[in-house]
Amino acid sequence: MTISWLYIGIFLVVSLGLPAVAIILAGILAPKKPSPEKSIIYECGVDTHGETWVQFKAQYYLIGLVFLIFDIETVFLYPWAVAFDRLGLFAVLEGLLFIGILTGGLVYAWKKGAFEWA
Amino acid sequence: MSLSDLLILLPQAFLLVWASLLLLVDLFISKERKVITAILGAAGLAITLGLTSGQWGSRATGFNQMVVVDNFSVFLSGLFTLAGLVAIVIAYDNMRRTGIHKTEFYSLLLFSVAGMMLMSAAADLIIVFLALELLSIPLYILAGLAVPRAGSAEGAIKYFLLGAFASGFVLYGTALIFGATQGTSLAGIMASIQSGTAELPLLVIGAALLLVGFSFKVAAVPFHMWTPDVYQGAPSPVTGFMSIGAKAAGFAALIRVFSLAFPSLAGQFAPIFAVLAGLTMVVGNVAAVSQVSIKRMLAYSSIAHAGYILMALVPLADPSVAANSTASALTYLVVYGITTLGAWAVISAVENADGGDTSVRDLSGLARQHPWLAAAMTFFMLSFTGIPPLAGFWGKFYLFRTAIEGGYTTLAIIGLLSSLVSAWYYLRVIVMMYFRESEAGASRAPSIQIAAILLALAVLVLGLFPSGLFQLALQALANGVS
Repeated sequence: MTISWLYIGIFLVVSLGLPAVAIILAGILAPKKPSPEKSIIYECGVDTHGETWVQFKAQYYLIGLVFLIFDIETVFLYPWAVAFDRLGLFAVLEGLLFIGILTGGLVYAWKKGAFEWA
Repeated sequence: MSLSDLLILLPQAFLLVWASLLLLVDLFISKERKVITAILGAAGLAITLGLTSGQWGSRATGFNQMVVVDNFSVFLSGLFTLAGLVAIVIAYDNMRRTGIHKTEFYSLLLFSVAGMMLMSAAADLIIVFLALELLSIPLYILAGLAVPRAGSAEGAIKYFLLGAFASGFVLYGTALIFGATQGTSLAGIMASIQSGTAELPLLVIGAALLLVGFSFKVAAVPFHMWTPDVYQGAPSPVTGFMSIGAKAAGFAALIRVFSLAFPSLAGQFAPIFAVLAGLTMVVGNVAAVSQVSIKRMLAYSSIAHAGYILMALVPLADPSVAANSTASALTYLVVYGITTLGAWAVISAVENADGGDTSVRDLSGLARQHPWLAAAMTFFMLSFTGIPPLAGFWGKFYLFRTAIEGGYTTLAIIGLLSSLVSAWYYLRVIVMMYFRESEAGASRAPSIQIAAILLALAVLVLGLFPSGLFQLALQALANGVS
């Protein structure tokens, strides 16, 4: 019992220490050449345009949600695609069923007009 | 997972697949022919009813003892599918008339029924939680189906927030019980308690948290605050379905968990159940008296009925009464389900086309123009009150009798007195319908009328021959629960 608490304690210390060490080391070792481009807000690598306090169309969230589902699907399909020859027929069918369900969702969203930017 | 596992859950799995396909098929049905969607939804429920009743009499566990199909689950699954069928019949006309005919209703209803069926078959706290979510999430959406209406949005948000809160209680309770017993399966928890390895304080706190979560679902006082707003705001057919479906599923979980996993704690929990039952009966009935809106009135009445049923969970510690009292709870659930679905069917027919609130006054003079609807409503109100020879009388009779047999005479007297109070507001509806000038207009759709009349007949028949239902409920407990 106590030994497992000890493990948790060690993990706690390591998990706090590791990022702290990494940040401090980066601060000491990294070369410092500041430029205006480097100090703008990071937005997936693209320069930001205009104000950030703008209204988004509600449609944006629908498309965002649908995108997210397929984004996650890719994550699931990678291991499946790499290992499917060793998993046998069952896993292949499972994967196809998964894609089928997601496609059903896409068809539903499409037919309901979720992608019409009006 | 093997094929035999799937066979055990075939009714639920079938219903889920059917609901998903219905969602897609509906896209290709033109706007004028949406009746096809309704019929397909009803057909799915009817097939599920057939599949599940085929499992009557057998007992099987599957998915590593996480689900169990026995007479108890089949009995309740039958109740859920029938309630879903009636809700579809009521909803089709009502939703078209009030201009909220969104065909997702049918798929969502089917999903919710599947969750309720899974709840009745749960043999593990994880499955209880899963089923709770599966049945609740579609109900949150269904409550908000009329959403440009402010009441519907308010009800849906309230239901969602408080429902999520209640789910949190269930989950935390499950976690504590897992900590106390190293297991989440109901049989495992009981074994751990009996062998004395369970950590008792933790276990009792966990069980109490579960009780709080389920009390939210069955709308027991003091966890009932959401009920009037949700019942008033949601479309009437949805409310009708919710008032029996969610309640019966909550009681299914309560009965399974508290009679299977914690039979040895029943003694400690008896006073808690007694206080809950007493409070629920009194507060529900007294608050219903002053309601103007008939939807709010029936919401408080549904709280009161939850109190009557809770009374059956009090004497669980006494093995000589436990079977009878659980059976009387099941009997009352069926009786209450038929009556409340009928009452909401009549309200769905009377509701204004703008979907605004329906007051008790809106029923005045109904007997003049719609004698059948008024007659059916009279049956339902009398059955709610508990007037013999209607089903409601026998339902209450069994409940009060087992309470007295279990030694809780005070509780039975509180129940009797509070149902005396309830007579006032139920009979007021009848007075409105028969002795006031005509104001009421109602839908003339035959489907709702037939549904109301059939349910009224069921109330009468069950009232004339009550022992059959009670025997069925006893059999439902025979191979698994008691």
